[in-house]
This record gives sequence, structure tokens and C-alpha cells, in this order.
Amino acid sequence: MSDFVATKEKTALQHIFSSQPFWVTIALIALVTLMTTMEPSFGTSENAANVTRNFAPFGIMALGTTVVIITGGIDLSVGSIMGLVVIVAGLFLTWHYPWYIAFAVGLFSGMACGAVNGFFVAYIGMPSFVVTLGMLSAARSLAVVFSANQMLYQFGPDAPIVKAIGQAKWPLHGPQDWAPHWIPELSSQFWTMVVLALIVGFVFNFTAWARHLFAIGGNEEAARLTGVPVDWIKFEAYVFSAFTASVASLLLLGYNGSAINAMGQGYELRVIAATVIGGASLMGGAGTAFGAIIGSAFLEVIRNALLMAGIDSNWQGAFVGAFIVLAVLLGMQAGGKSILAAWLAVLMPKKSR
Amino acid sequence: MPVLEVRHVSKNFGAIQALTDISFQVERGEVVGLMGDNGAGKSTIVKTVAGNFPPNDGEIVVDGEVCHFHKPIQARAKGIEVVYQDLALADNLTAAENVFLGREIKKGIWPIRVLDKQAMIDRSAGLFKELKSETRPRDLVRKMSGGQRQAVAIARTRLSNAKLVLMDEPTAAISVRQVAEVLELIRRLKAQGVGVMLISHRMPDVFAVADRIIVLRRGSKVADKQADNTSPEEITGLITGAIRGE
Repeated sequence: MSDFVATKEKTALQHIFSSQPFWVTIALIALVTLMTTMEPSFGTSENAANVTRNFAPFGIMALGTTVVIITGGIDLSVGSIMGLVVIVAGLFLTWHYPWYIAFAVGLFSGMACGAVNGFFVAYIGMPSFVVTLGMLSAARSLAVVFSANQMLYQFGPDAPIVKAIGQAKWPLHGPQDWAPHWIPELSSQFWTMVVLALIVGFVFNFTAWARHLFAIGGNEEAARLTGVPVDWIKFEAYVFSAFTASVASLLLLGYNGSAINAMGQGYELRVIAATVIGGASLMGGAGTAFGAIIGSAFLEVIRNALLMAGIDSNWQGAFVGAFIVLAVLLGMQAGGKSILAAWLAVLMPKKSR
Repeated sequence: MPVLEVRHVSKNFGAIQALTDISFQVERGEVVGLMGDNGAGKSTIVKTVAGNFPPNDGEIVVDGEVCHFHKPIQARAKGIEVVYQDLALADNLTAAENVFLGREIKKGIWPIRVLDKQAMIDRSAGLFKELKSETRPRDLVRKMSGGQRQAVAIARTRLSNAKLVLMDEPTAAISVRQVAEVLELIRRLKAQGVGVMLISHRMPDVFAVADRIIVLRRGSKVADKQADNTSPEEITGLITGAIRGE
């Protein structure tokens, strides 16, 4: 065992180089550059608007999932919560309630699911995998029951407002608008994600709440002994995760202009994959808002790139799977060094330091 | 006035009698070694004094005030700090973040209250210096040696100017050099007028720093001796029951 070996304090640059989101960002930039040069239709502002709109709901949910994963838990229910929220909100719209009532009730039903998850995990002490697996099944079933297994689309007088929310874009190109053509018309989903990510990023870096969240993931018992309100924070984490799923669901409701009870099916695994690619640790105690976004973006860009490159879409799963493992491998720490740094040291001995 | 007075404390868990009529005192600046075999009741005493659970009988008196603790936070508010056996540190946080865990310094006006990171780093750097430890506030606890971890756990107790520090096996599972470091930390606490209760299996460590040694056996106090007036052999005999206590 080594006594007080003077380990050098890391510089900010070293911190960045040893972080997984950094390498995923590099990979993302490389992929985008490669595709832009190889495939003219990839680099267009239309495609950029498309890609950012497609991954935004996953990015939004990945923020919530990251919070849960930092506590050392997992939330498998986000996809089903989306289904329930869209049906509840859709029903209130078909009953001709104003859009804000429909959205509020939808949001409430989603967060209620999160509260149930949080209650059983934090206060009863059940494993999050089991509780949220139960919610995955239950929320989906409720969505099917409430919708009578019908698609909802005959929304009342507020249908145009709901659509406007989901399909809003900024900045606009049109003749009387200022934006030049090369700037993508970014979707309301994308902007919602950006705002949420900035808020979550701020909270993660500057508040005691997030300190406690990370401490719970690092050593729950220690957090408890030092007086951190562990149960309450874990409860809040699941409610926040459900909140992000609800927001994503309502935005997609507006975008689609209809509600189906199958919305979000299988999304939970994509969201978890995105957070893991973005550097969140399933062991708890690690994760960033930026990583959640970049992970979601990465998955969507791979999907989009494969599609544009004309590769059979059945290959997508294989690529995504390989990248999940690769990203985590790159971010893995071996003896205080990242695997990548260890490889570099083997390839180029004695060069660094 | 003693900083801690335990009066006729008994504790049972169902049919198991963990503590029977325990009484003792700890003065300011006094290091008291608490020894006993596994299951003798050492941890139960620590947890009772630290507020993890109340005793069934008897009372805990801190600075002359009778206290009824139900939560560790209540004991901490009265100036009792605990360094737990597993140190209760979050590996993924830095030294400074661990020192201030649960009582972060904040700045700004509600509702935007943000962490004052620099103040916490400066303050923990000061604490580590006071403890003459080489621990650096920005280092991750994950990458620290056992001795440095102890310093973090002990620095945490200095944050609130605790009157009494309970240390549960602080020298278990660390190297010889680090043990010396930890014993030095204990002496420094003593020099600052803090009462220290050292719970340990390791006879040489206890004799190195303790002013007084209390021996528990099967939930009862069997000896309370000045360290100068006893010997490791006698204490061993008391722990094992080869020598009959009071």
C-alpha cells in the first residue's frame, strides 16, 4: 500500500481529456464531418433540423434518467409514462378542455407515476429495477385502457394551439424572417431540451441538492450519516425523471397532432443507452447534463448517418450496440487512468510527463 | 464539567441485552479508549451516544444537559461527531466536498442559493493544515490513501468545533505509517480540548494515545482505568474475562 504518494492535482485540461462526454463529442464531430463530406444531403440545414428534432425528446428524457442513474437507480418506466401522459392529455383535448388543462393533467398523471416509483424505491426500499419495471407494465396498460385502444385525434377547439406548440420552429427562414438558409429551423423540442439541459447543468454544478444527489450515488450510507435527506432526494429524482418523460410526451403529442397509447414503447432502453454513452455510471455517482444530451445526439446521428449512407436499417441495432460498449470502454478508468490514456501510454511510452 | 456523561445506560434489542447499566465520563481534552471483544457492546455505545437510537434506560448527558437523541443530526447539534469505521465518505466526491457534505456553504439570495465552492475549498485546506495532513481539498477521495481518508473524516468533525469525537476503529485496515498519522491526528484533537472516545481492537494504538481505558465485556463495564496504571496484559485479561473486573 502506498503512503501519501504525491499524486498531482489534475489540471482543467486533464479533467476534460479524461471525461467520457469529451470523447463522445469528438466522435460525434468526426462522424458529422465525415458524413457531411461524403453525403451532400446530410449536411443540409433541413437534415440538421430533422436530426435535432428527432433526438430532442430522448435528450429531454435522458436528463431525467441521468438524475435517477446518479443516485444508483434506474428508471425503466419513462417510455410507458410517455404513453400514459399522451393518452390522458389527448382525452382531455377530445373532451374539449383547453390545452393548458389537458397539458397540466397529463403532466400531473406522469409525475404521479414518478411519485409512485419514488415512494416504493426511496421510502419502502425496493430495488428501482423492479419498481420501475412494474410501472413500465402498469402505465402502458392504463394508457391502453383509457384510450379504449383507439387513436385519439379529434381534439377540440385548442387542437391548433397544441399543434403549434409541437411544431413551432425558430429561427424561421421565410421571406420576411431574418434567418439565412444555412441556419437550421430548430424545433420547439430542441429548444425545450436546451433550456432544460442548461437548468439541469446549473443545478448539477452549483447547488447543494446535486452535491447530495452525487453523494447518494457514491455512498448512500455516508450521505445518510452526514444528515443528507437521502429518501426525499431519491423520491424527487424519480419524480423529475417522470416529469421529463411527460414533457417529451406532450411535445410529441403536439408534433404528431394525435395520441396513440403505444407512444414511447422501447424508448426507455434508448434513453438509458444515451445516458450511458454520455458518461453516466450505472453504478451511480457519475453523470452530466451535457453527457445526456451528447449521448442522445450521438445515437440519433448514427441512425441518421446509416440511413443516409444507404445501409440497411436492420444494421442500426448492431452499430448502436457496438457504440454503447465502445463508449463505456473509452470512459472506463483503469488504475486512475482512462483506458484510452493507458493505451496511449503503451503505444507511446515515456512521451507524456 | 465532563463533556460527556453516560449514566446507567442499558440497551436491549429484543431478547438481546446489548448494554447493562453502563456509566462513565469523558472530560475535555481527554482521550478515552473503549475496548472489548466482538459483541461486547462497543458499537452499541457509540451508536447510543451518537444518536442512532435512544437507550432503553439511563441517560446521556452532554455538558451537563440531559439529551434524548433519536437521530445523528441531533447529537451533532450538541457537538458530538462520529468518525465511522468505514469512514462514511463518498468516493466520487473530492475531499472538500466530503468535509462539507450535508452542511455546504452557500451564497446568493433565495431562491438562487448556490454553493460557495471556493470558501469550502479554502476552509478544508485550513482544516487539513491544522491537522498537518497532506490531503488536498480538490482530490477525489477515491484516489486517497487510508491515512488521507481518515484526515478527511476527522476534518469533518473539526468543521463544527465538536466537543466530543467518537472514533470507531480508526486504525483498522491501514498501514503502519498511516496509523502513526492517525494517532497524531487524535493527539491534535486532544490538544485542542476535544474529548475523544477511541474504539479499537488494537492494544498498542490505544495505549499510545489514551489517557484512560474502559473495558466492556458482554455489555457491562468491567474496568475504567488510567492508562498509566494498567498494562496491555491486564487489559487483555479483562477483555477475555481471564481477570474479573469491578
